[in-house]
Amino acid sequence: QLEEDESTDQFELNVAVTNPEKMGDGMNAYMSYKVSTQTTLPMFRNKTFSVRRRFSDFLGLYEKLSAKHSLLGCIIPSPPQKSVVGMTKVKVGKEDSSSAEFVEKRRSALERYLQRVVAHPSLLQDPDVREFLERDELPRAVYTQTLSGPGLLKMINRASDAVNKKTIKMNESDNWFESKLQEVENEEQLLRKLHTAVDSLVNHRKELCSNTAVFSKSVAMLGSVEENSALSRALSQLAEVQDKMEQLHHQQAFSDFFILAELLADYVRLLGAVRCCFEQRMKAWQRLQEAQSTLQRKREAEAKLLWANKPDKLQQAKDDINEWESKVSQYERDFERVTCTVRKEVLRFDKEKTRDFKQHIVKYIESLLHTQHRLVKCWEAFLPEAKAIA
Amino acid sequence: MMTELSVTASSIRITDVTQDGDILTFAITSQKLNSSGGVCVFRTYEDFDWLQQNLFSQENVPGLQGVIFPPLPPKVPSPLNTASKSLKQLGFLALGHDWQSYCKALEFYLQQVATHPILSQCKALDSFLTKSESPGKQRGRKGILNRLSQAVEGMRKESHKDVDDFFQKQRHKNTNLAALSKVATEKILDVVLTEQKLALACGHFSTCLHLCVNQDDEAAVAFSKICLKLSDIVEAVKRNFEKVANNNIATLGLGLDLEARYEEAEKEMLFRRTCKLIELETVKKNTEKTKANKRDVMEEIQKATEKEFSLISSVAKQEIERFHSSRVTVLRSFLVGWCEKQLDTAKECAKLYSQYLDTCKNLFSE
Repeated sequence: QLEEDESTDQFELNVAVTNPEKMGDGMNAYMSYKVSTQTTLPMFRNKTFSVRRRFSDFLGLYEKLSAKHSLLGCIIPSPPQKSVVGMTKVKVGKEDSSSAEFVEKRRSALERYLQRVVAHPSLLQDPDVREFLERDELPRAVYTQTLSGPGLLKMINRASDAVNKKTIKMNESDNWFESKLQEVENEEQLLRKLHTAVDSLVNHRKELCSNTAVFSKSVAMLGSVEENSALSRALSQLAEVQDKMEQLHHQQAFSDFFILAELLADYVRLLGAVRCCFEQRMKAWQRLQEAQSTLQRKREAEAKLLWANKPDKLQQAKDDINEWESKVSQYERDFERVTCTVRKEVLRFDKEKTRDFKQHIVKYIESLLHTQHRLVKCWEAFLPEAKAIA
Repeated sequence: MMTELSVTASSIRITDVTQDGDILTFAITSQKLNSSGGVCVFRTYEDFDWLQQNLFSQENVPGLQGVIFPPLPPKVPSPLNTASKSLKQLGFLALGHDWQSYCKALEFYLQQVATHPILSQCKALDSFLTKSESPGKQRGRKGILNRLSQAVEGMRKESHKDVDDFFQKQRHKNTNLAALSKVATEKILDVVLTEQKLALACGHFSTCLHLCVNQDDEAAVAFSKICLKLSDIVEAVKRNFEKVANNNIATLGLGLDLEARYEEAEKEMLFRRTCKLIELETVKKNTEKTKANKRDVMEEIQKATEKEFSLISSVAKQEIERFHSSRVTVLRSFLVGWCEKQLDTAKECAKLYSQYLDTCKNLFSE
């Protein structure tokens, strides 16, 4: 059972996602999760409260946040992906370990998603986030609507796929952005490789589990036909030791997955989100460029009219120029704001990432140590049995 | 020919193995019985085979067929370095660095022969252990005890009902033990192979972590440090898997493999006795059927066969008792050794992880 992962001490808000429950039946069934909040922040009505939410609610929250904040260059954490296979198993009511595993994976992923959202200072202030945490009944999110630019959402949701590279040429005063983007892209590839390596580790551990179980049975059988009573007892004890070890291997595989593999998978997606905010900045730049060239054209048009001496159209031309001058200065301000936000966001992200990884590595070693101690106990219990053979 | 062995059985060791192309040569040392001197000889598998054939084909040893012959490990398949072929043919003995398990198995074989009350007196053994020229070039006579003779009719003869309750029970027990110990050996082999795969996967993971090193800016440097630390930890996990696998190979695996092969050897002995029983029953039937003029001859043959059969049975009984007490001792020592080794490795590893945990907590606290 995973204990609640506490967010940073600086934030006076802790959120947890627990108690998955199946609601309804047949193909209309869905899982509902308890979202509990503990906070000292004054903007909330109570100090502790909880609500029930379903998966589509989490997706709905993401869409609203993307629509509002991504244009500003914020890094929006992405929720776990939809899984038709996984959910169908749950709906059909398959009560086996694989659907239980799926529900646990999803619950854990939803929790991490929410924790990242509330850790973001600007997002926490968003009324939609507050509503998500507090409001008893949430209107059903219809997420087929694209609330923001269609290309944006598609890109973010499929962050794991190769995104088409829009190389917009920017003349930068400093190449911080260019080199940082390169770094982000490289890191994304590296984390993918790491994730594959950990995945392979998890699978091999599961294989070790089943091999150990099979070996245990073979030893138990040997013990049952053995005539020498002390040897027979030792062999059955050996079979039990192997059974315990199988459980330990299983738990360690679980830790490998939840502590390392999911961390890496999350960050691959997060880096995709970081890339998106760089792209937002490039779009803002593009908009500015286009406005500036439009302004230039309007000015040239005015000059032509002056030279051709057509006073009636001159007013229109002057109005146009004014319109585009204000657009240009608006877009200039936008671009500067996005630039500033992206820079801030990336620095915050880097810090968070380092902190996150440190935390998880410590957790991982703790899990290794825990398993190892229990292993020592197993062997210590068996030794006298082996020595008692005569 | 009977001679006393001129070296002490417990001192027999295989101290080295060298590989020349496809041939493995083993260095065998032992201590002289009556002096403080040692002997060292060099032998190939061919020489071991020669020894085994000689043991099988000894003459004038009453009830030789009742002996449980210590099992000789199978020949290493050539070409020498095909891992999958070795694994298939040798099973467990193919594992371990530099043929260590294989050498240990050969060493056990020699010690078992040297401590056997009947077999230790075979002249071939003394020659094998002490003569500097290798005997392998002389083609030994293929004894009647060649394993191939058990091929086709094996199944039918194996289930032939016994005249003696003790042996009937023994055959039944042995069939179970032989099958189950073989299975257990195969299953622990699977476990070891998976442990080795895990070590490789850890190594791969650790290498990938090294690729994350990046000195571009402060944040990247901090992140690189973390990756390198994790890489150290993963290396420790890898080394642990390697040690655990090696412990399994060197103790329990070897022990189960030996047990399985020994049960097979007992099976072969029991089968030989059963064949003799069938032969005796056939002779008896034929004797009853013969006409009076040939009866004397047949009765002589029957008497001889009866005598052979009872000698084999009495040697077999002794061998079975001897085997049953020694196998428990042998299994005990393997199980204890295995447990002690794994316990030590587990404790060492726990200590290491604990150190890493402390280091990380210190390093990572801001």
